[in-house]
Amino acid sequence: MMLEVRQLCAFYGENQALHGLDFALDEGNIVTLLGANGAGKTTTLRALCGMIRLSGEIRFDGKSLLGRATEDIVRLGIAHVPEGRGTFVRMTVEENLQLGAMVRHGRTAIAADIEQVYAHFPRLKERRAQTAGTLSGGEQQMLAVGRALMLRPRLMLLDEPSFGLAPLIVEELFEILRRLNRELGVAMLIVEQNAALALDLADHAYLLETGHIVMAGPAQEIGQDEAVRRSYLGY
Amino acid sequence: MELLLQQVLAGLATGAIYASMALAVVMIYQAIDHLNFAQGEMAMFSTFLAWQMLQWGWPYWAAFVGAVAVSFLGGVAIERILFKPIQNAPILSQLAAFIALYGILNSSAGWIWDFNIKTFPTPFGSAPLFGERLIGTHQAGMIGVTLLMLGLLYLFFRGSRLGLAMRAAATNPESARLVGIRVGWMIALGWGMSAAVGAVAGMLIAPVVFLEPNMMLGVLLYGFAGAVLGGLSSPGGAVAGGFAVGVIENLAGTFIPYVGRELKLTIALVLIVAVLMVKPSGVFGRTVVSRV
Repeated sequence: MMLEVRQLCAFYGENQALHGLDFALDEGNIVTLLGANGAGKTTTLRALCGMIRLSGEIRFDGKSLLGRATEDIVRLGIAHVPEGRGTFVRMTVEENLQLGAMVRHGRTAIAADIEQVYAHFPRLKERRAQTAGTLSGGEQQMLAVGRALMLRPRLMLLDEPSFGLAPLIVEELFEILRRLNRELGVAMLIVEQNAALALDLADHAYLLETGHIVMAGPAQEIGQDEAVRRSYLGY
Repeated sequence: MELLLQQVLAGLATGAIYASMALAVVMIYQAIDHLNFAQGEMAMFSTFLAWQMLQWGWPYWAAFVGAVAVSFLGGVAIERILFKPIQNAPILSQLAAFIALYGILNSSAGWIWDFNIKTFPTPFGSAPLFGERLIGTHQAGMIGVTLLMLGLLYLFFRGSRLGLAMRAAATNPESARLVGIRVGWMIALGWGMSAAVGAVAGMLIAPVVFLEPNMMLGVLLYGFAGAVLGGLSSPGGAVAGGFAVGVIENLAGTFIPYVGRELKLTIALVLIVAVLMVKPSGVFGRTVVSRV
């Protein structure tokens, strides 16, 4: 197992947001966390990156992530694409991509990877000298994904990648995610409101309700479950 | 006409020092959202260090580089020892820390080197440049050294990976952590560089205002005025503001009756209040919009 999470609890001050989650992610797999607003999906991703107070156990390649600073977790090869995208709005597209590779060495390899990102997202190449704040929502999301790729991550954590995007852009983005997974073998943990889309992409799925995992299984089976269909897929 | 030109050039010379102090203040403000009231005392202390090295017989430029290097390390140490532990403390506690730092530096400089006014040498001499009495060589040196330093800083922040990381850490610490930048160390580095910039400013202005523990009080006030005028969110704006304040100060002192030497410092304060009333984000600053 690449990522193993056991009895994960997380806290915002006095409030407990996660109540003992157990889940795992295999090398090169895509896993999705589904659930309503406030179920604890974003919190789970933030917990994995050491951004909130937590207890339990998180192992990545067998190494415990507990007590590590966010920047050290990132350096292990975990790239987090946060909700709201978290781009550096006052810096150019190209600078944002440079920042994604900040922990790597080797100028030529980094330059080559920037070109690779431009190949995946030609729109970003057109806007390479523009500041990120001037991009459209879809372009910013692409920049956020592109910046995460610059780390050459082994695992990507994606928080609501479809949020606020037009349907066509969403389809394009998910197609690219599928390709990245297949071609580069990047494992992904995706949090999504759009359950149909996420289940279509993922190998495994977990269903969260108020900080508990209430259902787990292969994405296809979860997608066929009566209750899930009615509550999350809307048919 | 010649008087005007002469005053503008003299204003640019002192403006260079205000610009440096404004930049030093803005570099720390961008990283931690606080004005460093002790910025002037840090620069004063650095200048005393240089003076001490000169007393030991070091050549001028060796003492110059030595003082800049020690100030850099001192700035990093101040952040690590004093401000990192209290970074999440309430704003008033942080304010108290800045005032404490001010007091500590001011009185320990007086204790080590006493409060008597000392002369500080200039490597540029004081002869008039170009034969005419337009601008002295030291004034030209102040402008030249400052422009060189600003140019190097610009190249560092625009062209280097470390400079990019520092900008990212200052503007968006959470995202910076998510790309693996060690934000805490970037802030410490910012303190170090800010202290080094202040050291250069202190050493350049010391031959003019003379060396004593309170030498930077007025200079820092002008620096603040420059930073507020240009915009605390814009390093380039703060530098431009610093130069502008130097020129305004000199012209007002020369051409507006009654202002003279006594009311010159008042101009800085009037300027701060006026800018805050008309355009709080400064001429080049950006207004921060937060969604609620």
